[in-house]
Amino acid sequence: MTRVVHPRTFGSDLNMTAFIQYTVQGLAAGGFYALAALGLAIIFGALGVVNFAHGSAYMLGAVLSAVLLTTLNVHFWAALVIVPLLMFAFGILIERLLVRWLLRLDVLYNFLLTFGLSLVLVDVVKNLYGVSGLPYEQPAGLQGLIHVGGVTLPKYQLFVFVFSVLVCVIVWVLLTRTRAGMIVRAATEDPDRARALGINVSRWITPVFGFGIAVAALSGVLAAPFRAITATMGTNFVIILFAIVVIGGLGSILGAVVAGFLVGLVEAYGQAYAGTFAQIAIFILMVIVILVRPAGLFGRRDAA
Amino acid sequence: MAHTRRKVVGAVALLSSAMLLAACAGPAATSTSKLTDGKVVIGVLNDQSGVYKDLSGPNSVIAVQMAVDDYKAKYGDKAVATNIQIVKADTQNKPDVGNVKAEAMYDRQQADVILDVPASSVALAVAKVAAAKKKLYMNVTAATTDLSGPTCNKYTFHWAYDTQMLAKGANGVVAAGGKTWAIVYPDYAFGQNMSKSFTAAVEAAGGKVVASIPTPFPNDNFATFITKAQASNPDVIGIMAAGGDLINFVKQYNTSGAKAQLAVGLMFITDIHSLGVDQFTGTTFTDAWYWNYDKKNRDWADRFLTLTDTRPSFAHAANYSAATQYLEAVQRAGTDNADAVVKELEGKKLEDLFLRGGEVRADHSVIHDSYTAQVKTAAQVTEDWDFEKIIATNPAKDAFGPVNPECKL
Repeated sequence: MTRVVHPRTFGSDLNMTAFIQYTVQGLAAGGFYALAALGLAIIFGALGVVNFAHGSAYMLGAVLSAVLLTTLNVHFWAALVIVPLLMFAFGILIERLLVRWLLRLDVLYNFLLTFGLSLVLVDVVKNLYGVSGLPYEQPAGLQGLIHVGGVTLPKYQLFVFVFSVLVCVIVWVLLTRTRAGMIVRAATEDPDRARALGINVSRWITPVFGFGIAVAALSGVLAAPFRAITATMGTNFVIILFAIVVIGGLGSILGAVVAGFLVGLVEAYGQAYAGTFAQIAIFILMVIVILVRPAGLFGRRDAA
Repeated sequence: MAHTRRKVVGAVALLSSAMLLAACAGPAATSTSKLTDGKVVIGVLNDQSGVYKDLSGPNSVIAVQMAVDDYKAKYGDKAVATNIQIVKADTQNKPDVGNVKAEAMYDRQQADVILDVPASSVALAVAKVAAAKKKLYMNVTAATTDLSGPTCNKYTFHWAYDTQMLAKGANGVVAAGGKTWAIVYPDYAFGQNMSKSFTAAVEAAGGKVVASIPTPFPNDNFATFITKAQASNPDVIGIMAAGGDLINFVKQYNTSGAKAQLAVGLMFITDIHSLGVDQFTGTTFTDAWYWNYDKKNRDWADRFLTLTDTRPSFAHAANYSAATQYLEAVQRAGTDNADAVVKELEGKKLEDLFLRGGEVRADHSVIHDSYTAQVKTAAQVTEDWDFEKIIATNPAKDAFGPVNPECKL
């Protein structure tokens, strides 16, 4: 006689400690999303490119960290700097060699190009490193637990949340407080008006693309100690990223970041209180946002 | 003009002599061979590019080639199967693709037997093709017990392992004090089957399943499910995910500070290799075969290493075993006629590299000794892939579940 005890869905875990743990887990998951979505939003804003290869950039960030660790003994903390720099260069290369040539055509062309590129990148990694994943050690100093006011939290997840917020804040400061940032923001949020004001928008396009790729790769570096490092790790990830960008509002950088954390939370609460419906919950959220605010939470009205 | 005519004459001459040669060779070949079509074709149908590529995939084709080489070396001139071909195809782990590829193998490539076929859904689809074509099918890498249950048939054999064999590992864990379990499983055919088998095994051993938690599949975020499993305060958390999801789970489990012991439902040695031995240290699981268990296994694994640059998983050894036993059955039968070969396999006791105390049961489940393995600590590992300590050998009779009453042959 088998007896399967199903956990009660709603209500049973409603104690405060578990709720705080779920919240931190959601914010950590949101950190991965927010960083990658930030890059996706910047690229879409400045180039009008729906970058389907963004999941591959996330994947390459994690794979590069693992390869650098095993071959050159580059540790997590160094990889946080080196990998985004390498991927920035990779992004510039992709923009110069491929994306640039299709910018004047319909957006579908670059969508198909980056989709094809993602397939190529996934298969190259599969061929080089197999399918079962690469090993990665827990970074020094981030193992174990931390006790905050009676609640036990895993250090690494807390770190992912704090670090990703920090990076988002830094990017925000760069975008709002520096001249280069303001130009990029103007070019991202309203390229036509920026051009009309005499800003050479196309000169900024290449580094902006590289930057977007680098931020996604940074998210991948953060994922290396925490998730399976495989060629296909970005394949489902990128679908959720698109949902996030739609929820946040196409072209809105702040929207992408806020929606990234929001989706992380929805996922965690969904998993905690509604079981396997968690993944649908994200798309239900997307449908509601599209119905109520077609331009997304932070989107411009005309973007819809 | 003359030039063209000479060309035509040349071509006709060539063609006719070729036909003459074929006419001579044709009857000669069939007169000495009792093979149905002058050759034995072994089809390896598996995942050549996706998630199961490393644990079986192209290297299983090499393992089958090793079996063919060994058969030829053993019987030499007395071999019944003189002309042996190996063909392979990729199912992409999709039942419809597997179905089409299996039909093509049996019909166009004249395969006499199909081996491997990972992913339970694909495996069950191919079993139906084998029954319809009346050709042999030895499944190696799929876990579902349905192969020797509702979808069992005369031509299908389930070779290496199933969810009930894996679940027997729970006995040892319960006996060692792991009385209460939380089972976390991916919510699809494989995970549900695993969860059922493990729940039954834990309760049969006197333990109790206090929580049973389904997760989405595939999934890269298990933190919340780990917290939920912990909330029921179990001695053991049993994870039934496989491949990349298993790695996601274990990485997140190890950062979560969860205190329960971790039991893994299905683990391939490639999983330990890809995650690193540190992350799995102390984890116990049921293994169907381990390359460094004894000298016989090790010698074979050394041969495998020189051909593939890697150590074999149990799936590689099991494919070798299935191909070997198929050829041995052809040898005993004196023909590759499917019904004659099936007769030579049914009810037989078999011994080889992979099958220790092996026996083909009435439901065509091929039972054999299984092993309770524990992942070593990094300090205990003396060479690459030397990850497992075998802490118990489970005799074939106890290693598998009872004969499935749903199978009527």
